[in-house]
Amino acid sequence: MRVNVTVNGEQRQADDVWEGESLLFVLRERLGLPGSKNACEQGECGSCTVYLDDVPVCACLVAAGQVQDREVRTVEGLADGDALDPVQEAFVEAGAVQCGFCTPGLVVAAHDLLDRVPKPSDPEIREALAGNLCRCTGYEKILDAVRLAASRR
Amino acid sequence: MTLTPAELTSAVSGGIGTSPQRPDGNLKVRGEFAYASDLWHEDMIWGATLRSPHPYARITSVDITEALKVPGVYAVLTHSDVPGRNLYGLEHKDQPVLAVDVVRYQGEPIALVGADHPETALRAMKKIVVTYDVLDPVVDMETAADDTPLHPGGNLVRHVPIRRGSQDVTADVVVTGRYEVGMQDQAFLGPESGLAVPAEDGSVDLYIATQWLHVDRDQIAAALGLPQEQVRLTLSGVGGAFGGREDLSMQVHACLLALHTGKPVKMVYNREESFYGHVHRHPAVLYYEHGADRTGKLVYVRTRMYLDGGAYASSTPAVVANAATLGVGPYEVDNVTVDAYGLYTNNPPCGAMRGFGAVQAGFAYESQMDKLAEALGMSPVDVRIRNAMTEGSVMPTGQVVDSAAPVAQLLKLVQDKPLPAGTSSDIRELPGGVSNTTHGEGVVRGVGYAVGIKNICFSEGYDDYSTARVRVSMVNGELAAAVHTAACEVGQGLVTIMQQIVRTELGIERVTVLPMDTTIGNGGSTSASRQTYVTGGAVKAACALVRARLDGRTDIGDEVIDETTEWRHRATEALDPVTGQGNAHVQYGFAAHRAVVDVDVDLGLVRVVALDCAQDVGKALNPQAVVGQIQGGSAQGLGLAVMEEIQTSGGKVRNPSFTDYLIPTVLDMPPMSIDVLELADPHAPYGIRGVGEPPTISSTPAIVAAIRAATGLALTRVPVRPEHLTGT
Repeated sequence: MRVNVTVNGEQRQADDVWEGESLLFVLRERLGLPGSKNACEQGECGSCTVYLDDVPVCACLVAAGQVQDREVRTVEGLADGDALDPVQEAFVEAGAVQCGFCTPGLVVAAHDLLDRVPKPSDPEIREALAGNLCRCTGYEKILDAVRLAASRR
Repeated sequence: MTLTPAELTSAVSGGIGTSPQRPDGNLKVRGEFAYASDLWHEDMIWGATLRSPHPYARITSVDITEALKVPGVYAVLTHSDVPGRNLYGLEHKDQPVLAVDVVRYQGEPIALVGADHPETALRAMKKIVVTYDVLDPVVDMETAADDTPLHPGGNLVRHVPIRRGSQDVTADVVVTGRYEVGMQDQAFLGPESGLAVPAEDGSVDLYIATQWLHVDRDQIAAALGLPQEQVRLTLSGVGGAFGGREDLSMQVHACLLALHTGKPVKMVYNREESFYGHVHRHPAVLYYEHGADRTGKLVYVRTRMYLDGGAYASSTPAVVANAATLGVGPYEVDNVTVDAYGLYTNNPPCGAMRGFGAVQAGFAYESQMDKLAEALGMSPVDVRIRNAMTEGSVMPTGQVVDSAAPVAQLLKLVQDKPLPAGTSSDIRELPGGVSNTTHGEGVVRGVGYAVGIKNICFSEGYDDYSTARVRVSMVNGELAAAVHTAACEVGQGLVTIMQQIVRTELGIERVTVLPMDTTIGNGGSTSASRQTYVTGGAVKAACALVRARLDGRTDIGDEVIDETTEWRHRATEALDPVTGQGNAHVQYGFAAHRAVVDVDVDLGLVRVVALDCAQDVGKALNPQAVVGQIQGGSAQGLGLAVMEEIQTSGGKVRNPSFTDYLIPTVLDMPPMSIDVLELADPHAPYGIRGVGEPPTISSTPAIVAAIRAATGLALTRVPVRPEHLTGT
C-alpha cells in the first residue's frame, strides 16, 4: 500500500508498504529516519516515542496505515537547524546520554512533559518518564537533564 | 618555547579531571547517531535465524526445499554451508555457528534465511522443516557434573579450588548458608544487529555492535574459512553492552548470507530473539560457612559454589575464577577453602555480565556477613570494618593487595550520609506507587549495607593490551590531533576519555576520534572495567611518542606526526590448579552501598527509598561519567535484587520480553548520592581504578540486607519476589 504522512513538517510518501508494517518500520526503513529506536518493538521501552498529531505514542505500536494523512514529529524534528532544542541540550550537558539508545524516546517524552508542565516536580517527572527504559544511567542524570531544561524555559 | 605536559594541560580545556561533553552527544540527542540497527545499504537484503524450540534434542532432518521456493528469498543456509570451522567460542571452541545434529539450548541457531523483507524471511523460516528426537535436558547445576554428558569430556567446564591456611581450624561463632542467584540479563536496549557487505574479491566488511572487534574478527574468519585480513570490522553505534556482546551473535550469520548471496545483508534481532541471542549472567548456588571469634574477627571462610554456564562454555572459565578468587569478599581471612564449579547444562548459555562472577559471590558473602553480625550481636558495618582489608592485605590467592583498599573508609562514608526522611505520605513514593496499593499501612522500613570487590582488567596471565594511534597535523593554522583505536565505545564514554587524554598529553584542544575498526591492532575487550585503564594507557603512550617528535613546536607546517603503539598492564600469573595460589589479578576495585527500603509486607512490594554509594576510582578522569557509571551499575544491582530474572522451566525461557523480564524504570530508582574517592593506584595510568563493575556488586546485597532488616526474613535468593516476602 501507499502511505502519505506529514513527517517533521514535510509531506512524505512511502510506497510498497506491507500492511503489517509499523510506523516505526516505515520511519526507519522507508523514510530514512532511524532516530526513533527499535529496542523492544512491543510498546514496553518507549525508545520509539514520537508525536502523532501532538500526542506521544510508541511508533512500534502504530500500524503504518493508521498514520495516513496525519502528522508525525520525530526526534529528528525537534532541533531548529543546528540549534538543539533545550531538552536535547540539557541531556548532553547533564550527562544523561551514555549509549544513547533510549535517548530519542526520552527526549521526546521529556519535551512533551515540559510542554504540558513547564515546572514539573520530581514525582511528576518520574511519572511522565516511567514508560521509557534506560539501562545505562540509573536515571539520575536524566532527572538532572529534565530539571535543567525546565529551569531554562 | 617548549612546554612540559603539566604546562600544556593548563593551556587547553577539556583535559583529564574535567567533564567535557561527549563527542557523540549531539548526534545521539538528535537521533542522528548511527547504531548497528540503523544501517542501510543500497540493494541490501534481510537475514533471519531459525532457532531450536527445544533445550536438548537430536536433529533427525532439516528440509529447506519449501523455504527456498518463497518469492523474495535469496538463500537458506544450514551448517553444511559454513565453509570454515563450524565451532567458535571465547575460551573453548565448543559452540556451532549452525547446529549440526544436536541442539543444546532453546534458541540455538539451526538455519539462516536471506530475503527481500524481514517478513518474507520470517515466512520462509516457517517453511523450513526440522524434525527432532527430543531428549531430557540437563538443568540442575548441582548435579550436572554427574548427569548426561553434553559435550565430550563431560559437564564440568572448570573447577577452581583455593586452599589457604588451615583447612580444619574451628571457631567460636559459625554461620552457614545456602544462597541462590537467578539468571540476570544484560538487557542492553540496542538489539544485536549488523550489516555485512560482500566485496568482489570474496572478502567481507561487517559493520557491527560489539565489545571486541578483533576477537570477533578472528572467530568470523575461522568460520568463513578466510584469512583474517579478508574480514574487516568497523564498529557501528552500540546501544549498550554490559558483557552481552562479548560473544558472537549474528556476526558470522550475516557474513555467511552476504558471501553466499553477493548482497549486503542486514540482521536485526527483535527483543525476544535478543533474549535467545546472547549469553546471560550465570545463575548460581553458593554454600558458605563463616567462622569467627567472639570479637567478630573472621577465622575461616569455606565455600562451595556452582555456576550454571548453560549449553556452551563462553567465558565460564574466567567467571568461575573470579567467583573463587573474590569469593570471601574484601576481607582479611587467613584460612580459606573455596571450590567453585562451572557447569554445562541445557539452560541458556551464560557468560559475561557486568560484575562477572563477583556479583554472585558478593550476594552470598555479604549475606553471610550480616548473618555473622546478627550471631555476634554486632552492627553489620562494625563486623565488616572489623575484617576489612587494607592496602597490604593478602588475598585468598596469596596475592598482596598493593594499592589502596579503603574498604572501611567506604563503609563509613555511606554510613555517615544523612538518612532519608521517614516513610512518605505521597503514594507515588510508597511501595506500589501510583497503583495506589497502600497509604502507608503495612509498610516497614529497613536499612542495609554491603561492600564488594572486583578485579579490574584481564587476569590469570592473559596478555592484555591495547593499541593506539595518535596523528597530529596542522588544521587551519593550529595543531589538531586524531586518535584511532579498535577499542569499542559501547556507551561508557571511552571516546570522551581518549579526547581528554590527548588534550592533556599534547595540549591540543581539537581532537577527533576516528572510527574504531580492525585496520589498527587489537584494542582488547570493552569489559572487566578495563578500557580507560588499558586503551587509556595506550593513548597516553602514543601521545608520549608524538610529543617527543613535536618537541614543543606549535607549528609543524606540512608535517604529519603519526605514532602507533601497544600498551600492556603489568603481567599476571596463572592460578595454581591445586591450591589456587597466584598473583592472578592486576588491580582491585571497591565500592560500598547503603540501601534504605520500604516494604509493604502485606503485598510483598518493595520500594528502594535511597541507594547511596561510595567508591574509590583512583583518579576520576571524567567525574560526570564516573558518577554515571556508578549510578548505572547500582541500578543494575537493584534490578537483580528485586526484579530481574530470566526464568527457566525445563531449560525453556518463560519470559523473553520486556513485558515479563522487568528492568528498573525511573519509578523504581531512588535518588543516589555518590561519594567518589580518588586514591591513586601507582601502577595504573594517572592512578585510575576501573569504575564500571564494582557498584554492581555491592548494590544487590545492600538492598536485600535492607529488606531483611525491614521484615526479619532470611531471604537467601535474588531476585527477591513478592511471594518470598508474603510467604504465599
